[in-house]
Amino acid sequence: MKNDSAKSVELDRNDSVTRRDFLKKSLVGAGLLTLPGLLPGCTWEEFSQKHFSELAPAELEQVLRRLKDQYRRCYGREFQLSATGPLPETAFAYALDLSKCIGCRRCVYACAEENNLSRSDPQIHWIKVLRFPNGSMNPEDAERYYAPDKVPEEGYYYMPVQCQQCANPPCVKACPVQATWKEPDGMVVVDYNWCIGCRYCMAACPYDARHFNWAAPTLPINEINTHTHYLGNRPQEKNVVGKCTFCIQRVREGRYPACVEACPVGARKFGNLLDQDSEIRYILEHKRVFRFKEELNTQPNFYYYFS
Amino acid sequence: MTEQSTIKGLLLLLVKGNRWYYLWLASLVLLILTGACAYRVQFDRGLIVTNMRDQVSWGLYIANFTYLVGVAAAAVLLVIPAYLYNWKPIKEIVLLGELLAVAAIVMCITFVMIDLGRPDRFWHLLPKIGRLNWPQSMLAWDVVVLNLYLLLNLLISWYVLSNLYRGTAPNKTLFWLLICLSIPGAVAIHAVTSYLYGGLPARPFWNASIMAPRFLASAFCSGPSLIILIFQVIRKFSPLKVADEALFKLAEMVGWSMFVNLFLLGAEVFKEFYSNTWHVSHIQYLFFGLHGKTQLVPFTWTAIAFNVTSLCILIYPRTRKNLFTLNGACVMMLIGVWIEKGLGLVNPGFTPTPLGEIYEYLPNLREITISIGVLAFGLLVYTVLLAIAIPIQTGDFRARTDPP
Ligand code: SF4
Ligand code: SF4
Repeated sequence: MKNDSAKSVELDRNDSVTRRDFLKKSLVGAGLLTLPGLLPGCTWEEFSQKHFSELAPAELEQVLRRLKDQYRRCYGREFQLSATGPLPETAFAYALDLSKCIGCRRCVYACAEENNLSRSDPQIHWIKVLRFPNGSMNPEDAERYYAPDKVPEEGYYYMPVQCQQCANPPCVKACPVQATWKEPDGMVVVDYNWCIGCRYCMAACPYDARHFNWAAPTLPINEINTHTHYLGNRPQEKNVVGKCTFCIQRVREGRYPACVEACPVGARKFGNLLDQDSEIRYILEHKRVFRFKEELNTQPNFYYYFS
Repeated sequence: MTEQSTIKGLLLLLVKGNRWYYLWLASLVLLILTGACAYRVQFDRGLIVTNMRDQVSWGLYIANFTYLVGVAAAAVLLVIPAYLYNWKPIKEIVLLGELLAVAAIVMCITFVMIDLGRPDRFWHLLPKIGRLNWPQSMLAWDVVVLNLYLLLNLLISWYVLSNLYRGTAPNKTLFWLLICLSIPGAVAIHAVTSYLYGGLPARPFWNASIMAPRFLASAFCSGPSLIILIFQVIRKFSPLKVADEALFKLAEMVGWSMFVNLFLLGAEVFKEFYSNTWHVSHIQYLFFGLHGKTQLVPFTWTAIAFNVTSLCILIYPRTRKNLFTLNGACVMMLIGVWIEKGLGLVNPGFTPTPLGEIYEYLPNLREITISIGVLAFGLLVYTVLLAIAIPIQTGDFRARTDPP
């Protein structure tokens, strides 16, 4: 059983099955059809896929089927892959109680598991927990790789940072091909099948919230989360950008993000701003909240507070 | 008939040459192939084989791209005295400058392509077919202006050459229109490339309005100094005459550009260190290192030393008009500006990261090999263009004036 988990699988369409598949195709097809075939790990269907927003329902259906086939081939697992749209009357927001956070990083690992993030070489974390010395909020005083025997430590406080789902997101403005955009419910998403991997959005994000898949992700087969969303936690593609989406695959089904569930001290709050009775509304109305790097006018949908 | 013989003639031009010409071509091809092999590995395994990481997500490729945009402006510094002021010594060589701009832009585009994670999806950048995020994204603007500038320079060179070839006079209005477009064009590729960096509030080192003028000033240093060096090689190996006068004039302009460039640098250094906000850390990293991380420091001071020395050489007429010191100054300037506009711009922008991390990036051997391959490719393009242009310009290759 543990054997299985040690065996990491690379999601790389360069695997033998696809290559054979492709060879067949390029032998049959001629001309343009062979063009994408010259590139390893690329099939004609994938090469010519339209932008997410331009896919007709039937085409989307086909894309999802193709991806599921691909995941079955790579991982030998049956994936659920949805593309559920934004819920009506919903604007998601997040709040984080800094006086509660103990810096245990359980959210970090819960996120990695929920979102099928590459475990090593490279290890990818969409959440970073910064350790600040009391009295400072200058990121340069922060330490991300702290490793004490026990948390919390005397004289420090902890500040988890992930995508702030900005209302005025500089990353979206930067993208030259509209591969990333803001959904009506507030989530900033990436179409991994449209991103060209230029990494301009990463340069534009003031929160280091975007992550490039420098290599095909390594995922232990028995740790794969097969419950996925097209714009969210499906296994990442090599050489494109990925980011936190507040667990789009969960929250659009009325569940909490994985990090909220994982937090042992209840420092993380999440909800619908448009719902008068939600906890998030209560916090915004009754706590002194602030947004990280307010001066940049990114207008995060992510609030910090000290209770 | 004539068409066919023209094409045959052009092909003959390309293969005609002495031993050195062949050796040159062969070594370029070798470098290109080596680069291509290295790139193949990057393509298969992902950008993980470079030294770039999330903390510093752009590296040598984008540094070279930024530098070469500067080189592409060289043409303009020739166009202005040649056409606007009709100054003869430069008019004779302006075409070679324009061809250099073509080669430089070709290299720029290649560098961007090899930096892309998914170059196979480049078509997403094509207007109408893909989804160019224009006018929102500065990168989209850059794609547009770079390609227009490339087109414009190709058009001008082709127009001049075909008229020379046929012995006809170019249409004055059309020609002036093209020339007048190429000047704002060169400014535009710089301004837009600088906005690419300057438009990012997340990166205070780049987020400065002084960026565009600094880009222009340093471009007018690197491009023309490359021209001064290359033209001496050309006049040595080809029958084309390049007057010393033209070189010295260029050198004078380069000198003044370097003066402006250093002044603007000073303005920036003052602003950062004197106001001494959090943002000072980037420039501190560049000049003195940060928290014991000093990898970039020797590069920075080399660049400053080279730039100041070459300024002195080029401002003083005696040393400017001595080919030995002049060439030394040009080489120093090429290196100095490369550091300043390359790694010295890209690296400190990313370091420290917005969350305060310091990741010290230096390109690895694979990135260097690939980059050399791209540079060789650009030189090959330039060589081919010259092999066609020089015989036309010297009058060795003309349309046969057969009776109709
Ligand atoms: S935090 Fe960064 S990635 Fe997230 S929306 Fe804001 S700018 Fe974009
Ligand atoms: S890396 Fe992808 S999402 Fe980011 S700017 Fe480039 S194309 Fe857009």
